Order: sequence, then structure tokens, then C-alpha cells
Amino acid sequence: MLSDYTFIGIFVVVAIAFPIIALALAFFVRPKKPDAVKSSTYECGLETIGETWVQFRVQYYVYALVFVVFDIETVFLYPWAVAYNKLGLFALVEMFIFLAILVGGLIYAWRKGALEWV
Amino acid sequence: MELALFVVLAVIAVIAAAGVVLSKKAATGALFLLLNFCTLAGLYILLNAQFIAVAQVIIYAGAIVVLFLFVLMLLSPGKEESQDRKPYIRVFAVFLAVLMLGEVGYVAFTGVLSGTPGQYTPEKIAEVGNVQAIGQVLFTDFLLPFELASVLLLVGIVGAVVLAKREL
Amino acid sequence: MNISSLNLTAIAPQIIIIITALVVLLAELFTGRKSLLAYLSLLGIIVAAIASWYIWNGTEQRLFAVPMFQTMAVADGYSLFLNLVFLVTAALSVLASINYLVRERINHGEYYALLLLATGGMMLMGSATDLMTVFLALEILSISLYVLAGFNRADLKSGESALKYFLLGAFASGFLLYGIALIYGATGTTNLAAIVDFLKGTGPMRGTYLFIGLGLLLVGFSFKIALVPFHMWTPDVYEGAPTSVTAFMSVGAKAAGFAALGRLLLYAFPTLLGDWVWALAVLSVLTMTLGNLTALAQTNVKRMLAYSSIAHAGYILIGLIAANEAGMAGVLFYLLAYAFMNVGAFAVVIAVGREGEPNLELSDYAGLGSRQPLLAAAMAVFMFSLAGVPPLAGFFGKLYIFSAAVQAGFVALAIIGVLNSVVSAFFYLRVIVYMYMQKPIVEARPVLAPPLALAIALAVLGTIGLGLLPTPFLTLAQQSIAMLFGA
Repeated sequence: MLSDYTFIGIFVVVAIAFPIIALALAFFVRPKKPDAVKSSTYECGLETIGETWVQFRVQYYVYALVFVVFDIETVFLYPWAVAYNKLGLFALVEMFIFLAILVGGLIYAWRKGALEWV
Repeated sequence: MELALFVVLAVIAVIAAAGVVLSKKAATGALFLLLNFCTLAGLYILLNAQFIAVAQVIIYAGAIVVLFLFVLMLLSPGKEESQDRKPYIRVFAVFLAVLMLGEVGYVAFTGVLSGTPGQYTPEKIAEVGNVQAIGQVLFTDFLLPFELASVLLLVGIVGAVVLAKREL
Repeated sequence: MNISSLNLTAIAPQIIIIITALVVLLAELFTGRKSLLAYLSLLGIIVAAIASWYIWNGTEQRLFAVPMFQTMAVADGYSLFLNLVFLVTAALSVLASINYLVRERINHGEYYALLLLATGGMMLMGSATDLMTVFLALEILSISLYVLAGFNRADLKSGESALKYFLLGAFASGFLLYGIALIYGATGTTNLAAIVDFLKGTGPMRGTYLFIGLGLLLVGFSFKIALVPFHMWTPDVYEGAPTSVTAFMSVGAKAAGFAALGRLLLYAFPTLLGDWVWALAVLSVLTMTLGNLTALAQTNVKRMLAYSSIAHAGYILIGLIAANEAGMAGVLFYLLAYAFMNVGAFAVVIAVGREGEPNLELSDYAGLGSRQPLLAAAMAVFMFSLAGVPPLAGFFGKLYIFSAAVQAGFVALAIIGVLNSVVSAFFYLRVIVYMYMQKPIVEARPVLAPPLALAIALAVLGTIGLGLLPTPFLTLAQQSIAMLFGA
């Protein structure tokens, strides 16, 4: 059963190796001549004033919460998609009702401006 | 092969978990948590529980870590390291952790507690596939809880908007 | 599997309530007149009540149970009687809310949507026959209530109330879910009927899992229905939440908790009766005594009613402990009576209060008898009924429950219950003393808006009606519980 995951395994290994190899190669090949301007955070930009970590307003949190809700929705979609062939039309109606209730919530959140990044 | 994978994943998981507790910056801790969740997903796949693995990645690694990072954004800068820990709390925490470890170890090695297997035995799941088995049960026998879950999520949306939106 | 096997008609009342909630939520976006939404909600509640009535009359004998959704839930007398309790609570709360929300400047349509969703959750708890359904229904109910408790967002106390309720409620849900998981581990099923079969098969032998699972389940429910020592959140949450919400949740959440607990313990776990009954008996004595003794010391009427609602949970628990038909019928009757008298009492608190809710002290009720005689008379009825003075609804509720306890051999428990009622009479009557025998400090006459007046009038009618004609309602309750005892 693990052999089903061979491709995913190879993919993971390559994905991890790729940036490591690229960075390591660059590290060995590139010339090293640091100076004060070069090692500053923004070499060709403005220096930041004050802390870079600013406190955000709680309104942004609504964003995250709405995201979580629709994220969980996708978890339900996954077994539905896999088992769909065995379930047929009935499952389509079920999922339609499930989504309709959530779309109601989405319309509500949208009209209330919860999706605006102000 | 399975054992080797398990050992690798388990070691990463333990290191990441230690990183969550020990890292000084909360944001680093959250990223360690992300790593921990991902390795756990790998462990679930080794257990032939693909659905939980996917749910682990989507909900925990996706949504929960995002929530944590959002909470960090809401905190005022620089204050996240001011914790007044009382020493006895640490002692108590260690005590609880040891107790828990002992409990888990006891149950794992003696096998004193055995439940009643349900209708989905590992053999049956291996036959139809974990996700498909869940899908078939979820959309037939557990149809009502499934639809109720959507009502629950709706309550969540409304609640979030009502409590956090500046103007209703 | 096909649609007819789902028995959608049997779950129609719940579906109607949830659809109404959705409609209200969406209508909120497009209308400026929020009180319209209140009347829309009332319409939904009435239609759901009519639907419940049709299901009730659908069969010749009332010994029926219509399973639906692969036995995830059931429509039987028990669930339908509880529907009545929940719908009465919801309707009275909506009526009491209309002008209150305007006064407190929190007149948003989401309020009614959440209230309806919570009602739907309660009704599902009453009809749930699977632990999964129980849990999801409880969460729908709880999360709606957390939000409602914090609905007055400008008020810090309301926010505190919501946060406390949420933290402890989530904690309790954790216990409950863990208990459900362990019961599933022990029996291999979450379905109540299958658990019954399993327990029949194993006989008196029982696993450790099952035992711990049931214990955790009891702890979770004890939090939700605020039994001592799991009650710490109650006074602060009830005091901080908007009064109309307090009225709704002090009755509804409690009744829903008892509904699910009753079905679980008496239908699924009667074989373990010897184990849970003593745990509940201890909880009941603690709850009654502590609730009443602490209520004695309160001068804030809203807080006093919060402690009184803790004490009432203790009384109702006695009916469960009796574990016989008389006891459960008593519980159902008591819940209905409690819906009328407690929501009524909170409605009077709303009427006496002003914007920002400063008028909650006992002294604010001084001389209410001369300032607003009708309102004072209504409050007197509720207080007498809560104290258990005949011939009001509360008296018969207590009578049925205590006599059922005596029947089942719990004489000591019944005596403690009666003694507690005597103690409780003191603080209930103190309100009446203030209203009629003290000189008013302010001369202001509380203004009674028509919907609120209607809510109070209906509550008075219910309290007196259940008291003068208890028999038909008791018969109804007795018919309702037949299914639980496997008749």
C-alpha cells in the first residue's frame, strides 16, 4: 500500500532538495564582499521607522474565521468527491443542500462587508 | 520501509513539538507547530488513515495555524514575551506530563483497555479505501449530522461577523 | 437509500425553524425594519408548533416513534413535548426582545437568526438518538448562545459574559466529546438503540471505557445545565448577557440539556442505573442547596434569578434520579412550567429596567405595586410560582417530581427538595415585599411596550393555567414519555 505513495515520496524529496541545492550552490559560487549598505535590510529601499510588528485591528480576524469555516467545508467535499461514483444523484442533492446553507452564510458575510480588507 | 519512515517522521514530530514549547518568539512556535502537524499527517498515512491525514493538513496545518498567526497579528508588538510564570506551575506541568506519559505507556504496553471493534475493521477499510468508506457512511447513515455540520458552520460565520465586525 | 426512508416530515419542525433562521438572516441584509424580522421569526415558530402538533396527531395511539435519517433522530412524544417547551420559550423571548433590543441599541436581525438557530439546536437535542446528533445539536445551540450572550458589544459585561461562557462551554464540550469517543470505543457504535442492544448482550459486565465515558458525559452535561460544582460560570454569564438572552438561555439551554440527558440515561443506559443515579443524587443535593443559599445573599434581581435557575436545575434533576415514568413526566411538566414562569420573570426585569440596565437592584422594585400594579401583580405570580406556592404551575411541577422521588424510594432527596423550596421562598417573597410594602424610591412608571406586555401576559396565563388545570398537561407529559421506557 505504501508503494502507492512512491510518486508523492519522490516529489517530497525533490521539493525539499531543490531549494537546498540551489542555495548551497549559490553559497559556494557567489563572491563574498559584504559592506554596510549591502547587508542592510533594504538595500535599495527606505529604512523602516519604528517596529515592523504593528498591531492589527480585530476586524481582520473575521477574515481568518470565515476562511476557517470554508476550509472545513472543503474537508467535507473531499470524501464526497471520492465516494461520488457509489452514491450518485442523492449525494449531489445532499451536497447541494450543504453548500446552499453555507452560501447563505457567505452572502451574509459578504453583504456585511466582512470580506473587505479595510 | 514503513518503520524507517515512521522513525524519521516521529523524530521530526518530536523535535517540532519541542520547538513549539521552547521557541522564544511566538511566530517561530507557530511555524514549528505547522511542521509538527505535517509530520502527524504523514504518520496518519502510515496508519492507512488517509482522510484524517488530509483533514489534518487542511484544518490544522491550514486553518488553525493561520488562526494562530492572525492572533499574533492582533497582539500588541513586543508584548508577546512578557510571561510571568510562577515556578509551581512549571512543576505542576511537568508532573502532569509525566503522569500522562505513564498512562499512555501503561495502556500501550499492557493493553488492559480493549474496546469493541465497530463494523469498519482495518481489513474492510483496506478493501474499499479509507476515504471512500468515510464518504459512503457520511452521506448515507450520517446524513443528518453532515447537514447539521453545515448549520453549525453557518452559526460560526454569523458569530464571527456579529462579534468582530465594527458596525453591523 | 431513498428520500422516503429519511422521513423528512418527522423532522419538519426543526427544518422549519432552521429555514426561518436562514430567511431572517438574509432578510436582515435587505430590510431596515428589524422588528419585521421578529414577527417573521414568530411566524416560523408558530408554523413549527403547528407541524409538531400534526406529527403528534399523526398516529392513532401516541406510543409511536418515527425514526429518521437512519435512526439519527426520532420524532416521538418526548421530542414533540419538548418542542412545545422550546417553542414557547423562543416565542416568549422573541416577544420580550423586540423593544428591549431597540432600547439597548442592539437592534440587529442576527439576533433573531441566532435565537432561531439555537432553538433548532434545542429541538434537535430533544429528538437526537445518536451521540453524533446530540453533540452537533448541542454545539449549534451553544455557539449561538455564546454569541447571543455577547450581543451587546458596547457593554463590557456582555463581552465578559460571552467570553466566560465560551471558554467554559468549550471546555465542557471537550469533556462531552471525549466521553462520546470512549463510549464509542467501548460499544463500537454511537447509536443509542445499538448501545442498548450492546448493553443487553454484555449483561452486568461493563468495560472501563464505558464507565469513564459515561462519567465524562455526565460532567459535560453538568456544565451545560449548570449543576454544582460545575456552575461557576452561570451567575456572571446570566448577569452580563442581555436580559432577553438570559431569559432564553436560562430556560432553553437547561431544558435541552435535560432533554438529551434524560434520553441518554433512561433510554440508552438504564442498565447502568445503579452507577449514575448516586452521582446525580449528590449533584442534585449540592445544586439545590448551594443555589438557594447563594440566592439568599443577592440584592441584584438578575443575579438572584441566575442562582435560582441553578437551584431549579437541582429540583428537575430529582425527576431524572427517580428514573420512573412519574419522574420523567414530572420533569417534562416542570420544564414547561419553568419556561413560562422564568421567561416571565425575566420579562418583568426587562420592563423595570432602562437603557444600560441600571435598574436591576431589589430597591428598584420598591413600590412597584403602586407605580405599575399590573406589572407588579405579574411579577408576584412568577415569584410565587418559582417558590412553589399552590395553585401555580411551579407547585405542581415540584409536587410531581418530589412524589415520583418518594415512589422510587428517594425519600431523603424529596425532603431535601422540600426544605430547599422553603429556603427559596424567602428570597422570592422578598421581591414581593419590596414591591408592595416598601415606599418607592423613584416615582417613574415603567413603560410597557405592547409586545413585552403580551409576553408577560402569556407567561402569566401559562403559569396560572398550568396551575389551575395541571391534569391535561400532565397526561400529555405521561403519554410523551412512554417511548423512553420502551412501552
